[in-house]
Amino acid sequence: VTVEKELELEFDLGNLLALDRNPPAAAGLRGAAPGREAKLRALARDNTQLLVAQLWELPAERAGGAGGPLVARLPEPAFRLPREKPPPRPRPPTRWEQFARLKGIRRRKRTSLVWDEEAKEWRRRWGYRRAGGDPARAWLAEVPEGADPEEDQFARLRREKRERVARNELNRLRNLARAHRAGTAIPAAPLHPTGHQSREELSHVARVARVSTASLGRFQPRLPKEPAEPPSRNASKKRRFEPLLGNLAAERSRQLELLRDMGSKKPVLDITRAVNKQLRQEEAEAAAAKGKKQSQRGKRGRRQ
Amino acid sequence: LIYCYRKPKTKRAKRFLEKREPKLKENTKNAMLIKGGNANLTVTEVLKDIYAVKKPFAVLYKKKNITRPFEDQTSLEFFSKKSDCSLFLFGSHNKKRPNNLIIGRMFDYHVLDMIELGVEKFVSLKDVKNSKCPEGTKPMLIFAGDTFDVNEEYRRLKSLLIDFFRGPSVPSIRLAGLEYVLHFTALDGKIYMRSYKVLLKKSGCKIPRIELEEMGPSLDLVMRRTHLASDDLYKLSLKQPKALKPKKKKNISHDVFGTTYGRIHMQKQDLSKLQTRKMKGLKKRPAEKSAEDDGARPKRSKSD
Repeated sequence: VTVEKELELEFDLGNLLALDRNPPAAAGLRGAAPGREAKLRALARDNTQLLVAQLWELPAERAGGAGGPLVARLPEPAFRLPREKPPPRPRPPTRWEQFARLKGIRRRKRTSLVWDEEAKEWRRRWGYRRAGGDPARAWLAEVPEGADPEEDQFARLRREKRERVARNELNRLRNLARAHRAGTAIPAAPLHPTGHQSREELSHVARVARVSTASLGRFQPRLPKEPAEPPSRNASKKRRFEPLLGNLAAERSRQLELLRDMGSKKPVLDITRAVNKQLRQEEAEAAAAKGKKQSQRGKRGRRQ
Repeated sequence: LIYCYRKPKTKRAKRFLEKREPKLKENTKNAMLIKGGNANLTVTEVLKDIYAVKKPFAVLYKKKNITRPFEDQTSLEFFSKKSDCSLFLFGSHNKKRPNNLIIGRMFDYHVLDMIELGVEKFVSLKDVKNSKCPEGTKPMLIFAGDTFDVNEEYRRLKSLLIDFFRGPSVPSIRLAGLEYVLHFTALDGKIYMRSYKVLLKKSGCKIPRIELEEMGPSLDLVMRRTHLASDDLYKLSLKQPKALKPKKKKNISHDVFGTTYGRIHMQKQDLSKLQTRKMKGLKKRPAEKSAEDDGARPKRSKSD
């Protein structure tokens, strides 16, 4: 029953786990297969004996009275294993919850059954066979004071119910959106966690990181292989001018080019390209109109 | 469930979604056992045996799925999301990697760790003609060999194997029901996995003597490629919510001799109003009481 080991084993009884740090007897185990099996089994037997000894040390009781089986209380598992899913985030309180907390309103526990006078029995509060009868079969709707006598009261009740349901749904979605916004308040989209990030994701995150400085990235040096800034949509809002005294060679070449274009006989407008563009535009419009007409005709046909 | 944009319309759907959402105390991890495009007999037998060991917390996929987990993880993640499994075992076979098993786990339906193991020798449950233990027994796990601590990859493999074979977390266990033990030995770059049935024999003292009987699948594994999660992602997955930490009971201390001391904090007491033992002889008699009252009454003003 007793086993001698060089190093003590580490036990995690919550997981029924034993870790043996001793280097296994390599000589016996490297040999032929049957010898190896016997050696492995002997090693396993020793380790299991130690583990079972530890388990028998635990406080045990007889479950289910005196005749029941002997049951040991296991401690919490100590070995840290990763979770399956991230822990649930605390959601922000809804508008009603905030109001109730402010006013000190607490939840009243309601009875599940209500006494119904007409049926003289206990009926449920809402749902199938509720107390107060089926609302769909209500045959009487009183005209309230100050209402239009010509108005259809049943239609009004139905409309109001629809509005209440819609308002409830709207508020629920608003609460949901608020919780979602509060939970994901990260400016850049999170990267794929496993290291298989796409090129677009990486470049987007790098761009956001560059712009997140006090001067919005104007003085941030570019990374070695990063391409230069492409012209953004807002670039046309502010006109940029060349410095007055700068590149003399560039200014000279620009002026000469301008003179050359003015002096040449070639027209500025390329007639062929313009005509092609116009033709393509007309074709696209014709195709869109034909598509719309066909769908309209189809709808008309189906409505019959 | 509060985050559902579409509310479940039936109680059954609600229960289904509640089972899958992130919780403080998580469910037992399920495993999915998948065959690759070219799985041979050995690998299929391995998957079937592991399914038998891990029932009912495993799903065995019958059809072959042509994917390569190391290149593309999307199909694995899709399966994990659909069947709510966070552990997987993928078996395949080709000339370059014969009898290949990829064991892995997920965090938040994304692949966390994946380790590729090659099966060198496999003895199935059917081949060993001994008695087996009942399905769903929580196995005892023993890891032998210092490689499991020294080498980082082996450490992750140990954590993965514990996660895989652990079974449900129970508060107490029947001592007579400790029948199954899985023994892993790491030696010379190979990992020997053996399963034994435990026989408890009478010994002189309280702790029984262990005899092992070879049972169940035994595998000789060799580690091939690995895809381990980055350190910060691993740390994120290990994070436990604070609510799970056991609350320390304050004002209780223990003595060396085992006596438990408790500390109670009292408010200031008015000693004149202390309830002491009643001395019946000292009780005021009615005559004396009225004499005192008459003496006290002249203070009141006479009103007519």
